[in-house]
Amino acid sequence: MIPPSFTYARATTVDEALALAAEHGEDAKYLAGGQSLLPLMKLRFAAPTVLIDLGRVTELAYIRDEGTYVAIGALTRHHDVAHSELLAADIPLLAATAEAVGDPQIRHRGTIGGSVAHADAAADLPATLLALDATFVVKGPDGTRSVPAAEFFQGIFETALEPGELLTEIQVPKPAKPSAWSFQKFNKRAIDFAMVGVAVQGGSVALINMGSTPLRASAVESALASGASIADAAQLAAEGTNAGSDIHASKAYREHLARVLTRRALEEAAARA
Amino acid sequence: MSILGTRVIRTEDPRLLTSGGVYVDDLREPDLAGAVRATFVRSTIAHALITGIDASAALEAPGVVAVLTVADMTDLPAPPPAPEPSPDDPPSEGPVPLGGVWAEPLLAVDRVRYVGEPVAIVLTDSTYQGEDAAELVSVDYEPLPAVPSIEAALAGDTLLNPDAGTNVCVKGGGDISDDSIFDGCEIIVEGDIVNQRVAALPMEGRATAAVWKDGKLTVWTSTQNAQLSRLILTAVGLPPDAIRVVAPDVGGGFGAKIGVDREQILIAWAAKHTGRAVRWVETRNENLMGMTQGRAQLHHIKLGGDREGHIKAYRLDVVQDSGGYSRMGGFLPMLTNLMAPGVYDIPAVQAAYKAVVTNGTPIAAYRGAGRPEAAATIERVVDWYAAEAGLDPVTVRKLNFIQPEQFPFVTKTGAPYDTGDYEAALDKVLEAAGYDQLRAEQKRRIEAGETKLLGLGLASYVEITAADGAAGETAKVEVHDDGTATVYTGSSAHGQGHHTAYAMIVTQELGIPMEKVEVIHGDTDLIPDGVGTYASRSLQLGGSAVHNAAIEVKDEASKKAAELFEAAEADVELDTDAGVWRIKGDPDKSLSWSQVATAADGGLIVANVRFTADRPTFPFGSQLSVVEVDVETGKVTLLRHVTADDAGPVLNPLLFEGQRHGGIAQGAAQALVEEILYDADGNPLTATLMDYGAITAAELPSFELLTSETPTTVNPLGVKGIGEAGTIGATPAVHNAVIDAVKHLGVRHIDMPTTPERVWTAIQKASAQ
Amino acid sequence: MKVELTVNGKDMTADVEDRTLLVHFLRDVADLTATNIGCDTTSCGACTVLLDGESVKSCTVLAAQADGRAVTTLEGLAGDDGTMHPVQQAFHEEHGLQCGYCTPGMVMAIASLLKENPSPTEAQVRQGLEGNICRCTGYHNIVKAALAAAESSNTGASK
Repeated sequence: MIPPSFTYARATTVDEALALAAEHGEDAKYLAGGQSLLPLMKLRFAAPTVLIDLGRVTELAYIRDEGTYVAIGALTRHHDVAHSELLAADIPLLAATAEAVGDPQIRHRGTIGGSVAHADAAADLPATLLALDATFVVKGPDGTRSVPAAEFFQGIFETALEPGELLTEIQVPKPAKPSAWSFQKFNKRAIDFAMVGVAVQGGSVALINMGSTPLRASAVESALASGASIADAAQLAAEGTNAGSDIHASKAYREHLARVLTRRALEEAAARA
Repeated sequence: MSILGTRVIRTEDPRLLTSGGVYVDDLREPDLAGAVRATFVRSTIAHALITGIDASAALEAPGVVAVLTVADMTDLPAPPPAPEPSPDDPPSEGPVPLGGVWAEPLLAVDRVRYVGEPVAIVLTDSTYQGEDAAELVSVDYEPLPAVPSIEAALAGDTLLNPDAGTNVCVKGGGDISDDSIFDGCEIIVEGDIVNQRVAALPMEGRATAAVWKDGKLTVWTSTQNAQLSRLILTAVGLPPDAIRVVAPDVGGGFGAKIGVDREQILIAWAAKHTGRAVRWVETRNENLMGMTQGRAQLHHIKLGGDREGHIKAYRLDVVQDSGGYSRMGGFLPMLTNLMAPGVYDIPAVQAAYKAVVTNGTPIAAYRGAGRPEAAATIERVVDWYAAEAGLDPVTVRKLNFIQPEQFPFVTKTGAPYDTGDYEAALDKVLEAAGYDQLRAEQKRRIEAGETKLLGLGLASYVEITAADGAAGETAKVEVHDDGTATVYTGSSAHGQGHHTAYAMIVTQELGIPMEKVEVIHGDTDLIPDGVGTYASRSLQLGGSAVHNAAIEVKDEASKKAAELFEAAEADVELDTDAGVWRIKGDPDKSLSWSQVATAADGGLIVANVRFTADRPTFPFGSQLSVVEVDVETGKVTLLRHVTADDAGPVLNPLLFEGQRHGGIAQGAAQALVEEILYDADGNPLTATLMDYGAITAAELPSFELLTSETPTTVNPLGVKGIGEAGTIGATPAVHNAVIDAVKHLGVRHIDMPTTPERVWTAIQKASAQ
Repeated sequence: MKVELTVNGKDMTADVEDRTLLVHFLRDVADLTATNIGCDTTSCGACTVLLDGESVKSCTVLAAQADGRAVTTLEGLAGDDGTMHPVQQAFHEEHGLQCGYCTPGMVMAIASLLKENPSPTEAQVRQGLEGNICRCTGYHNIVKAALAAAESSNTGASK
């Protein structure tokens, strides 16, 4: 219930944050909204000795129209992503996904960058960003680099972020047909993480909780691209996945859900288009 | 104008809604200033010998005042020797722990039997220091094989109590060996039904604070009965009059806060032992491992009947999981046996039980305590039988109901039902729900090949409330010289609204307005004699006590008023609408309550009553649940839930409905989403609210409640208890609805909770045949 | 470390451990005990307060994160003259509470919900409360209270 002791440090700019991270090294963790990190610390599964609070780095909270893509500051809250008029018009899949994260209280605090950097395989936003071919802008002591979503998620709670690096911006290309989207989150209770989930944008299909990272259902995508029907393509949804078994679902059931939800998502996206 | 039967909003609310309730952790009593915080060190292994405890590192940690283990408990008197039960003894069926070889210690001595069992107590200046220090206490365990289930317990390869020679701690009930009762039955249904382990989950967990001062131990604790708690706390080596127990606001109980348990006794002892005030507030994780849990029965059933739907014989064989220690002997399964045949007049009924210990959290009472299990199974089996016979479940129920003219009715299991009209309750819900239209829609969807199918589930139930009516309940009613009244009740509300209900009774009888009636409960200094709130007993016993005490006060006052009027007592009357005493036929003269009380001895009119009932009461009802099952995924959505729950005349419809709503939600939760799980080593898998599927508003519809009021003659208010009835009816109604949705595919039973995977798997299995 | 918050309109400064959760700051430092703790996994919502007018789970916010911000708890919801907020009033009229333990969090969550969506449907209310657990009421009257509060706020009149 009580996190172990730590030293609280506060950054008000990106450079300050990077400097603090460099100063404290591996003992430190960035604190964004805290809705994933603080629960882990309260259960004592994580015990950083320094927390660098990014909450005042206001320069990273924005949603900007950059023409062919939308640039979202890493510290933009789920609530703001969900209610963005720009995203509702141009990338409704993303707005809908943000609205599905947690509950209203969590959405008032949690950030898109925090969720991406945390990289829970059962989280909603990483899969959607993967389906949308987002690019993550990362700033570190050695400069800035861009990492495509396909390379960013490397394992459970493991990303391409090197120690001290800060995710600053998420760049999401505007889909050709914004309305051809669907987000299917299957759970036993509304508040639960997805047992399995599917994010569809056009012919892009990404899966939640079918492996240690979000996964593109490439077999499905290839089949669709080759002209297969939605029903036939969806049958391939579990290919290349490595779903786990836990108290919520067995691997076999998850694979079944992936197929059903992929079909439904593709049908819904097609109907919306 | 009668206030009884009207919707009176609660007098409890304004405070709770503006400054908030004062629960144990909120108390700012002067005696608790500077109280140390207690943090328990708990077993991380389900079954092990304790080979050493090293507190040296913890003692060095900041803010640590003491680390207490069983070695420090030499100042406790030895528990009274419990007679060793012998196999021929009648089963221990009181709601009390088994002693002897099954006895449960306060702190673990040399062995732990469930993950979460308390092993040591760390006392620190602050809460934050507590967790830090508790982590530093090092306990050495020698693991033993775990007994994580009923099956493992019965197999007996490992014994929790080797001296007992078995894991079966209690056996009872009747003979279930005679199969001839099923001779000639055209249809037989036989199988195993699981009534799964669930968490009581009050939103406030366990919490206790204690101070030992000037030879008196004061204990504030989140309990359903302060008086029983005081009795239990004599275990610390004090007589009752040296102990004061106060129940502050209590954030829910549901049966799991009856009395005090081992941790709470330990907090009281720690205060006495150290001389420091101590406060303990458990975390949710501790609560989901250490607070008693509910249900956890395995039923083997057999039912036989004819093709027309007449049930001829029913056998129920119960195995009760007690958890690591038996807290209630055979009490729960005994009640399950007692209520086995439910609302049906079944010619032959056999019921028996055994209880086993397993390496899990101890089981005790949880909303319904033994009766939900009976109803859940008989209602499930009746639907199963109907499906086998190809009959509508309504038909089968109506054919077998105990009829109104048969009351009072004693069942084959010995339950003395007082009053009931089961068919009327069923007809009410069928009509309100539009049963025929629902069946038509169900059929249409199947024929259209739709993948979201409707399921209709029925439950007709009866339950036993105030089973301990002989213990009764106490009430003291006082009218003061300023015309206000005070009620001291042995009931112990933790959300039920007794303060409002009991004030209504006083207003009804005495005409003193609600805002002038104060109700007090839960303090043994003020109310040394009381029984408490559980078993849906409060209104019928506690309310009747208030009612009778008010009448005694009225009689006293009548004499005094007559004196003051210089009239004959027969000429004096109480105008309850105006709240004044009058002389009959003389509207100009009146006396206020204030005037009458002022004239009484000591300026006070008081009556002290203990009301006892010579038998229990049997509320009943029907519930109908409408679910939608997505057959492609197995996901269940509860669309509608219609109930007629009958507990006699309704004193305050607002409170009555509230109890039904809450009961229904918990009942539906067991059918749909909740289950406490352990792995093969006895490690809890659902010990946080992320993993334990507590039901939320998003999973539930608004409920449709119908009125049905069949009085009882057992008490002057004519009321039965409603607190648990909603839960008892809801579980089988929702459960039956899920199976009803897929019975056309050949599915006959799915164990609770009906998670999507379970439903989908059942569909696959049935389709494969 | 030193944190400065405005709680229910009152400025407060205190020196607390860095790891102090906002809920403990409110309960133990500000001595406002209406806000309750019901779990340890951000699941139950009993600790919900308003942070700069928006609902948050105060058990999952550090006091340090709320430094310089405004917090409203149940105790600060009623008007200065004691008039109950429409949500408080609706809870009272609709019997939206029994034991009262989840109530402060529920009331604050609904106050925030209605601020963002003044005329919600029943489904929106239920979905919006997925992070608030109640064990006593079955949610039926809580939902009724939320809808009644919405109506009374929109018509400007109490029921």
